[in-house]
Amino acid sequence: MKELLSGNEAIARGAYEAGVAVATGYPGTPSTEILETLVRFKGDVYCEWSPNEKVAFEVAAGASLSGARAIVTMKHVGLNVAADPLMTLAYTGTVGGLVAVVADDPGMHSSQNEQDTRHFARFGKVPMLEPSDSREAKEMVVLGLEISEEFQTPVILRSSTRVSHSRSLVTLSSRAVSQRPLGFEKNPARFVSVPQFARGMRVRLEERLARLSEAANRSSANRIERRGRKLGIVTSGIAYQYVREVFPEASVLKLGWVYPFPNALIREFAAAVDEILIVEELDDILEQHVLALGIPCQGKSVVPRIGELSPDVLLASRAKLDGKTIPAEARTASTTEIGDLPGRPPVLCAGCPHRGIYHALNKCNVVVTGDIGCYSLGALPPLSRMDTLLCMGAGVTMAHGMDKAGEPRRVVGILGDSTFFHSGITGLLDIAYNRGASTIIVVDNRTTAMTGHQPHPGTGRTLMGDPSPRVSIEDVGRACGINNVVTIDPYDLKNTVSVLKRAIASDEPWLVVSRAPCLLDVRQTLGSPLHVDEAACRECGACLKLGCPALECGGGIPRVNPLLCAGCGLCNQVCPAGAFEVEKEVAS
Amino acid sequence: MKLQPANAEAGPSLRQETTSVVLAGVGGQGILLASEIVARAAMIAGLDVKTNEVHGMAQRGGSVVAQIRFGAEVFSPLVARGTARVLGALERIEALRQSDLLAPDGLAVVSSQMIVPVTVSSGQASYPADAEARLRSAFPRLIYLDAVDIAEQLGNRRAANLVVLGAMAAALGLPDESWREAIRGSIKPRHLDVNLRAFAAGREAG
Repeated sequence: MKELLSGNEAIARGAYEAGVAVATGYPGTPSTEILETLVRFKGDVYCEWSPNEKVAFEVAAGASLSGARAIVTMKHVGLNVAADPLMTLAYTGTVGGLVAVVADDPGMHSSQNEQDTRHFARFGKVPMLEPSDSREAKEMVVLGLEISEEFQTPVILRSSTRVSHSRSLVTLSSRAVSQRPLGFEKNPARFVSVPQFARGMRVRLEERLARLSEAANRSSANRIERRGRKLGIVTSGIAYQYVREVFPEASVLKLGWVYPFPNALIREFAAAVDEILIVEELDDILEQHVLALGIPCQGKSVVPRIGELSPDVLLASRAKLDGKTIPAEARTASTTEIGDLPGRPPVLCAGCPHRGIYHALNKCNVVVTGDIGCYSLGALPPLSRMDTLLCMGAGVTMAHGMDKAGEPRRVVGILGDSTFFHSGITGLLDIAYNRGASTIIVVDNRTTAMTGHQPHPGTGRTLMGDPSPRVSIEDVGRACGINNVVTIDPYDLKNTVSVLKRAIASDEPWLVVSRAPCLLDVRQTLGSPLHVDEAACRECGACLKLGCPALECGGGIPRVNPLLCAGCGLCNQVCPAGAFEVEKEVAS
Repeated sequence: MKLQPANAEAGPSLRQETTSVVLAGVGGQGILLASEIVARAAMIAGLDVKTNEVHGMAQRGGSVVAQIRFGAEVFSPLVARGTARVLGALERIEALRQSDLLAPDGLAVVSSQMIVPVTVSSGQASYPADAEARLRSAFPRLIYLDAVDIAEQLGNRRAANLVVLGAMAAALGLPDESWREAIRGSIKPRHLDVNLRAFAAGREAG
């Protein structure tokens, strides 16, 4: 049976069909839907959202050492968090197959950087597979698990935004039953990486890499497509699909098993074509390797290293290669029609509980160190009230660093509930232990909102739908040694401003938990839509500084879009004239 | 309708056997559902199909774009500039924003909604007052309709996406039965009737 599946759905399907028993991860675009799909098979596959990627990776590693097949999913920056277990699991190796699915985000559609995960394969000396569509995504999960078991190594499956979020046809199969007996077999020389054993592992790691390279030469995941002799293109992942569109006459070495490099195959391909072009998304990893083999080639001289590739980008590369220009008729609209269109960036939703916190922070002369989640949108105009964003957890720790550096203004850190459990707790511990004075705000909307409402340790519910202990952020804060812990309602602006001012003025660290659920998650509004009393409105624009998408204004008196308004009433709290009225009262 | 190949003398051009469709709008307008229906209709018609959409921001008020490509064998899920056979949009400036994806002789189906972005409300930018004139100038083949009004008259304004799909259908050359089956497979039974009628109303408007 054929189905139209996204790359992420196909990866989940592959894990199911391959008999995976344990699947872990932390949500992150573009990887999130893998576990959300796989959990539909929760009768067969144990699935969990772990607090962070390091934990997820280690849970999968444990499952593997007990003999079960496992996958762990994350976005590219998640592998930075999980790099520690990856680097040494490469030494100890696996028992049951283990595939780490890592989704890159070229073009940074939903990420803070554009790192190329292929470096981790070489860095960690582990094999990497790279699918170019959903069919391959499914097949390569199965292949990855087989490689993992045959060579006793973790395998990285590198997806990307356009593989994970494109749909294509996939043939479904049934689930294979594992023949491998479960049960950890004691073997300290393999599984205990104390130095005297790790040195032996280090030698076996290189031997394994050589055997993997041989296997990559023979793998059906790598293939030569012979067409013209003039140009040969070496490519992998989604870039392969663009190559087929833009260079229909070229011969192609299509790599699916991208590391270790299949050197014999690359040499065989190069010998049969006149010129070689390397088309790879992001860094010049393949190109540098092909050059190191002594094979002349072009790559980043014509293919950009920044941003994602596309047929349009490759058309420009091709023009550059041929010394020609892009045909003018490819563009249909002139810049007079589209040149000055107003942007429509993502914004905090109407009624979002984060809005009140940023409005209150705008009443305080502070530096705000931010973090990763929906509340990152508070950095953009008109709120413009988040000053830094580095990585998950850094909203807490950078506040402390600025404070200790003697930053003249007080520093406030802000992060979400899921991010707090991911990597905020150790930072809070640091502030308490090292006698910091930062104010840390946890904007607790009771879910992992930005990635589509995944549960976390504070929600009292697991990915598989089971009830679990609802961890209290306030209790964790107190346990870390923070004495000033206060919970506020972010829709009460007056109290929010007063609590924040008190915390910020204090010489002690404060933990402020701003608690109100994400309205999208609970699928509720807070009240009836408001409307503007036009006679009362002074056109001062105070409400528009909230950046609420339900408030529409092209100059003059603003209008409330009743389809979007969630009835939070923040606009009326900031309106000096109280010009917003509730259409009609509803019982809540 | 056949696409004209780009001038080979001027520079490189693309394979042209694949039909490309672009859908544009704002989060919450049902762009992703409409995309699923087009893709299913092509699949039911026995064609290879690929789609692409950007996730994550759909419920955060940002621009939403979905691309669907179908044919005998489809490679790229992304549509190249100037090659889409049809562009369907549920908001005026979102149609303009995607206009350079449409082929010179392509069809644009645009619903007349105007959704003011926060960048405009907060005074950082202005919404073009001449949006309709720009649409008429950018799209020589334009079907301009109020899909929300048509859907509302049929009983559910949320079916506006199906009105736009209906108006696009004739230009896509897929069999009627494939569309009906695709709609049945993608819409919950209790909303099916109004959506089928919205699609039919769009067909008439097209």
